[in-house]
Amino acid sequence: MSEALHVHHGEAITHESHHDEHHGHHQETFISKYVFSMDHKTIGKQFLITGIIWAIIGGLFSVLFRLQLGYPDQSFPILETFFGHWAKGGQIQPEFYYGLVTMHGTVLVFFVLTAGLSGTFANLLIPLQIGARDMASPFLNMLSYWFFFLASIVMLSSIFIHTGPASGGWTMYPPLSALRQAGEGQRLGTDLWLISMALFIVSSLLGGLNYISTILNMRTKGMSMTRMPLTIWAMFFTAVLGVLSFPVLLSGAILLLFDRNLGTSFYLSDIVINGEILPNEGGSAILYQHLFWFLGHPEVYIILLPAMGMVSEILSVNSRKPIFGYMAMLGSLFAICILAFLVWAHHMFVTGLNPFLGSVFVLLTLLIAVPSAIKVFNWLTTLWRGNIRFTPASLFAIGFVSLFISGGLTGIFLGNSTIDIHLHDTMFVVAHFHIVMGVASFFGMFAGVYHWFPKMFGRYLNNTLGYIHFWVTMVGSYLIFWPMHYQGLAGIPRRYLDKKGWSSFNQFGDLDKMITVVSIIVFAVQLMFVFNFFYSIFKGRKVTTTNPWGANTLEWTTPIRPGHGNWEGEIPEVHRWPYDYGKDGREFIPQTEPVGENESKH
Amino acid sequence: MQTFFIVAILAIGFLITFQIAKASEYVAVLRGYEKARKQTNRINGFLLLVFLILGLYGVYYCNEKLKGKILGPAASDHGVLVDRMLYITLALTFIVFLVTQIALFWFAYKYQESDNRKAYYYPHNNKLEMIWTVIPAIALTVLVGFGIFYWFRITGNAPKEAMVVEVVGKQFGWEFRYPGKDGILGKKYFKNVDPEGNNPAGQIWDDPANHDDVFVEQEMHIVVGKPVKLVIGAKDVIHDVGLAHFRMKMDAVPGTPTTMWFTPKFTTKEMKEKYGPDFTYELSCDQMCGKGHYSMRGVVVVETQAEFEAWLASKKPQYYVANPDKDPKAKKDTLTATPPVAALVAEPKK
Repeated sequence: MSEALHVHHGEAITHESHHDEHHGHHQETFISKYVFSMDHKTIGKQFLITGIIWAIIGGLFSVLFRLQLGYPDQSFPILETFFGHWAKGGQIQPEFYYGLVTMHGTVLVFFVLTAGLSGTFANLLIPLQIGARDMASPFLNMLSYWFFFLASIVMLSSIFIHTGPASGGWTMYPPLSALRQAGEGQRLGTDLWLISMALFIVSSLLGGLNYISTILNMRTKGMSMTRMPLTIWAMFFTAVLGVLSFPVLLSGAILLLFDRNLGTSFYLSDIVINGEILPNEGGSAILYQHLFWFLGHPEVYIILLPAMGMVSEILSVNSRKPIFGYMAMLGSLFAICILAFLVWAHHMFVTGLNPFLGSVFVLLTLLIAVPSAIKVFNWLTTLWRGNIRFTPASLFAIGFVSLFISGGLTGIFLGNSTIDIHLHDTMFVVAHFHIVMGVASFFGMFAGVYHWFPKMFGRYLNNTLGYIHFWVTMVGSYLIFWPMHYQGLAGIPRRYLDKKGWSSFNQFGDLDKMITVVSIIVFAVQLMFVFNFFYSIFKGRKVTTTNPWGANTLEWTTPIRPGHGNWEGEIPEVHRWPYDYGKDGREFIPQTEPVGENESKH
Repeated sequence: MQTFFIVAILAIGFLITFQIAKASEYVAVLRGYEKARKQTNRINGFLLLVFLILGLYGVYYCNEKLKGKILGPAASDHGVLVDRMLYITLALTFIVFLVTQIALFWFAYKYQESDNRKAYYYPHNNKLEMIWTVIPAIALTVLVGFGIFYWFRITGNAPKEAMVVEVVGKQFGWEFRYPGKDGILGKKYFKNVDPEGNNPAGQIWDDPANHDDVFVEQEMHIVVGKPVKLVIGAKDVIHDVGLAHFRMKMDAVPGTPTTMWFTPKFTTKEMKEKYGPDFTYELSCDQMCGKGHYSMRGVVVVETQAEFEAWLASKKPQYYVANPDKDPKAKKDTLTATPPVAALVAEPKK
């Protein structure tokens, strides 16, 4: 297989550096090279660029609803120009508001931080870092992207229909999401949402199975499992989590489609809506929540683990020190992966869950803090006595650790059912998961993009813009989400678009304004990053050396712009773990270098 | 026009930033890339330290500014436990927060790249790793222990003398039912729901326990110092009974009744004296339930036993409202005491 690939694409590889002028001479057409490509690197870029487009859309939604939250009384005529009756009189209508928050959550959790993050970096890094010419099945890999693309089209189309997109919250709890009578967003929009999610799950399963089989079967000579970079381990556990949990969400979504369209009663019982008495009896609305969170919680780690893996790698490379406690890092990844399946009901402490069951989930949930603590301390020790280079990538990695600490600690509040009674579904939860899962994972993703951009496009991103991007985002994230915890402590529920009618919740007007202004600035800076990204693909400073960061891993042994098949000659053999930085007085020792006779052991 | 200005300013700001960024790239190349890189490295290392200091000050400032705005002391006995657990957790996590964040940014600053330093090859240390596995595990055991202890006290069975109130959520308002003198909520069936026929709760009139049940909307009255057990349900979609002042919360699920109980500590009147005449105990819907979710507000009135009894006596049992011919007092009274039964759809207020 690898030999065949090598022979077929030999020509493509030699012409890679000036491929723009040479389309005609290739066996590959434009379509097979850039559209229906089976090259894992191109598929990774496709995931990344689609993810970026979704991130802009999802981010824009948050800016819109932040306008409503910060300035509930002000009219923005421009909104009416664009959104018509959704923003009558320049004010965001409740249906529109709920459509926006639902789409914001769905898009960012699934389309950006799942597909855009692990889709991008699993595809790009797995073959490159384990020494394979491509994925185990390049064809399934291509299908994985195109199912994602299809899911994107369906989801995007739901924004443009008359009754608007799904608006039941990204968790899509029935009966709200099961009943057309419950509101405008519960009509066609919800059906499209469910169909889109089903397609998305197919995509993520195809991808996940491929990642697992590639990692298990296609490692190069000498690349034992414990010589794999932590990025690969993280991608591996991510894929396992996805493969085991996404099917459960699929079943949940399909049962919901049945309830909506075929008159079944899986989730419905005893319902009187708008004066109409429905015939359904015997279903359980809570069943859906179990199915949803059985995916939903692992999903948090599907988002977070790749970021953790990349951060580990980037911190080590840029501290010029080995990652501290490789085996402990690996063990904690494994522990998180197992525990991720055993904590889902902590999202359901106040659903009437049996209190004893609740207490079991408290125990298991707080247990996750142990492997998380190990990871944090190991990252700190990796920095300790290093010789740290602050590239934009390593700054984002440091930012990730800071955010992971802050958001992880507030998780200890919410995982404790006693406190959760008060904080459940308040702004505290919003602040918590945005810091630990949203912003932290974005930081991991940015770190990855800055670090591997040279490998993807043979050019660098502009550093100055990168530093501005980091500092504004870092300061902005804390300004937005830190004070939000206080709103939650005051008991303000999530998804309240206007708190004027309340005497207990209307004391934070100035704070809401501040948060809105900062989020607009942060959003503008993300657009600057997107500009930097596309500009640098074509005009960035060129990479002149194969190993610009002085890293040990295999992707830096390929040509600057590797073709399909990655290595020109033989795939290199691996002789050591990937973290020999600063050993025996040498700055770094690539994995491909045989262990010397007098080398010290670790 | 204003919007246009903002967009224009953003665009110009962006252009300038981009030009500077591009220029700095050229300057870096001209001055020698390595030299420029080392300088930026020092700047960023310094900024990390600045961020740490300003950030810690920001945490302090934010707390000073906002701590007065979170709700006062818990107004129920269970709420006191919730708050205590919260402060135990806060104390513990804040220490960890300080130690780890300071370490993170201090290490980053202190060990920034320098020509005089070589990175220390330090791949692992089993003893250290054991320490920071065991210490968090112990700390968490403490938290889990307290948490589960309080959790069982809060979710345990309500005392026998507790009064019972049924709370039902619907798009977008709250309905309450009191069991009357017999202390038993009568049976109900959702297919009996008939607001026009004066049976909004779907009570089964054949059940004698229903005959003295009182039905009211939007306002719940409970007694100070007396445990109250809420029997919670929903008519259409999932809602959530959120009582922020009491630190209590429970989902209202159609088809699956839930319960919670607590003992209010202060009457509404006492709270008004303390926090001003605008104070109200509010009941908020905490589970996304549709377009009026944010305005699904109920009011809780905590009063003395005597006040409560007088209030309840002023309400006519729903059985008599629905069946005026059965009402012994019907000949004497007109229906002035009729509770509002037409489906009061709380319009989203703007």
